[in-house]
Amino acid sequence: MRKITKEQVEDLAKLARLGLTDAEKTSLAREMTVILEYSMLLDEVDTKGVQPTSQTTELKNIFRKDCKVISDIDINEKLQNAPVKEKSFIKVKKVLE
Amino acid sequence: MIKYETVIGLEIHAQLKTESKMFCSCDNYSVDAKPNENTCPICLGMPGTLPVPNKKAIEWVYLLGLALNGKIAEKFNFERKNYFYPDLPKAYQITSSTKPPVIGGRVEIETEGVIQNIRINHIHLEEDAGKLIHPKLGEYSLVDLNRAGTPLLEIVTEPDMRAPREARIFMQDLRSILRYLSISDANMEQGNLRCDANISLRPVGQKELGTKVEIKNINSFKMIERAIEYEVERQMELLGENKKVVQETRGWDESKGKTLGQRSKEEANDYRYFPEPDIPPLEPYSGKEIDFDEIKAWLPELQKEKSQRFINEYNLSTQDAEILTSDLELSRYFEQTLEELPDITKNDEIKKQKAKKVSNWIISEVLAKLNLAGISISDCKVNHKDLAELLDKADHGEISGKIAKEIFAEMFETGKNSEQIIKAKGLSQISDTGAVKVMITEVIKENQGPVSDFKAGKEKAFGYLIGQVMAKSRGQANPQVVNEILKDLLDKE
Ligand SMILES: [Zn+2]
Repeated sequence: MRKITKEQVEDLAKLARLGLTDAEKTSLAREMTVILEYSMLLDEVDTKGVQPTSQTTELKNIFRKDCKVISDIDINEKLQNAPVKEKSFIKVKKVLE
Repeated sequence: MIKYETVIGLEIHAQLKTESKMFCSCDNYSVDAKPNENTCPICLGMPGTLPVPNKKAIEWVYLLGLALNGKIAEKFNFERKNYFYPDLPKAYQITSSTKPPVIGGRVEIETEGVIQNIRINHIHLEEDAGKLIHPKLGEYSLVDLNRAGTPLLEIVTEPDMRAPREARIFMQDLRSILRYLSISDANMEQGNLRCDANISLRPVGQKELGTKVEIKNINSFKMIERAIEYEVERQMELLGENKKVVQETRGWDESKGKTLGQRSKEEANDYRYFPEPDIPPLEPYSGKEIDFDEIKAWLPELQKEKSQRFINEYNLSTQDAEILTSDLELSRYFEQTLEELPDITKNDEIKKQKAKKVSNWIISEVLAKLNLAGISISDCKVNHKDLAELLDKADHGEISGKIAKEIFAEMFETGKNSEQIIKAKGLSQISDTGAVKVMITEVIKENQGPVSDFKAGKEKAFGYLIGQVMAKSRGQANPQVVNEILKDLLDKE
């Protein structure tokens, strides 16, 4: 039986930039183990020669022509989700180069 | 003492100069745009938007693949590379490194007469991130997402280079190929061609690779060699002191002339790649969407072939052929000027003679002026027709070579053609024997000393007299005509 450890939850939380309390980490480890266990039902099926599924639409080769379209959305409207702006830049906490 | 061998592999990014971005229809040219102007809900990563690949970008990857003798993969798919960074609006980059569109390939480079194959591991297609600006004062950074979503090629080489110089030559050859294919401006200083180098050392004869260090921030051709040289020396020193090389990413600091350890973007370096669910897989050989016959027809004559052809067809020196083909536009300018000259098709000998003249002119006059002005041939005010007309005039003695150069200087400045300048300044060469005769007679009268010197057998005096005639004509007399008439008149003295 595979188990999700508290350390693994911590790693994932770090990658996803989530701050978790100790209690949340413990409960998440438990819940994620249950989810993983459920998906492990697939181990019982013989999948030899079956391609992994990442698409279900059966579409392929979907393209668009290389043609520019000037957006009619105002620049301020596009940036309205940005918490802080400077001119038409998005302003963020200093990023180390 | 153990002898070490340097092993270098490169990862090159080149922005494609398509009209629109990789997955949306935003303008891909943002040089004159306001920050964040060329963005839309797709490249801003708004929920519910659907990226659709740009067909041209995909065709161009295949074009480069064919030019580098790579194999076109029967199937490739985009995938998500997940990490958080302020220049990445979706918190993932759409890339295709796991199942890339082009596998393998090679670039033939020549270092000091030795030909060497640098193998390509693969070429994949991805989207560029936005641009971050870090104001010197102030505890903040600024984000401009105009570049977010620009189509980006990544070319990954095998670790086949053994010296910093080879890496530089490889990059120059690759730049030339990208420019000849007209798919990228490939300008390192402007950031549309970027290069990271993986460098390791191993004892000579050992098969396994040593610990590699990745060098980032190389953004000029000069830096490639310097940065790699520095890093090789640094590793050599560590190994010499029996210390270990640590696997890490280092940035080249041009002002310090050093590579410095960098903090990694994603500390855990776990990008959790998974297939992009929003973009169906691509199978270029199935269906009719991708027309490989058409793509093959786009393959141009590349620099090396063109240079060889110039040597064979026009009898140019290797050096001249290389200079003329160093820039696709310049090579076109040369051939167009040549074709514009009369009599060019008469026979091969005439063609070769004229080609030599045009080549000399372009290299010593046109290029010198362009370099001085810091512009490229596409910005030159003298078009190939006007240059051909000027050269033809000089060729037929209508103007002297010296005057031709003066006229060219003015054409270069003003964009006027030679006819206009000659008329305005009265610069036509005097070939009229009557006019020349009058001037020579005067010179003979005024210079009796040198004339008798010449009679006494002093050859030098002849040159002096020619000079006097030329000065009298203000350089406009046809030297050949002067020569003949002067000889004639002196004999009669
Ligand atoms: Zn867009």
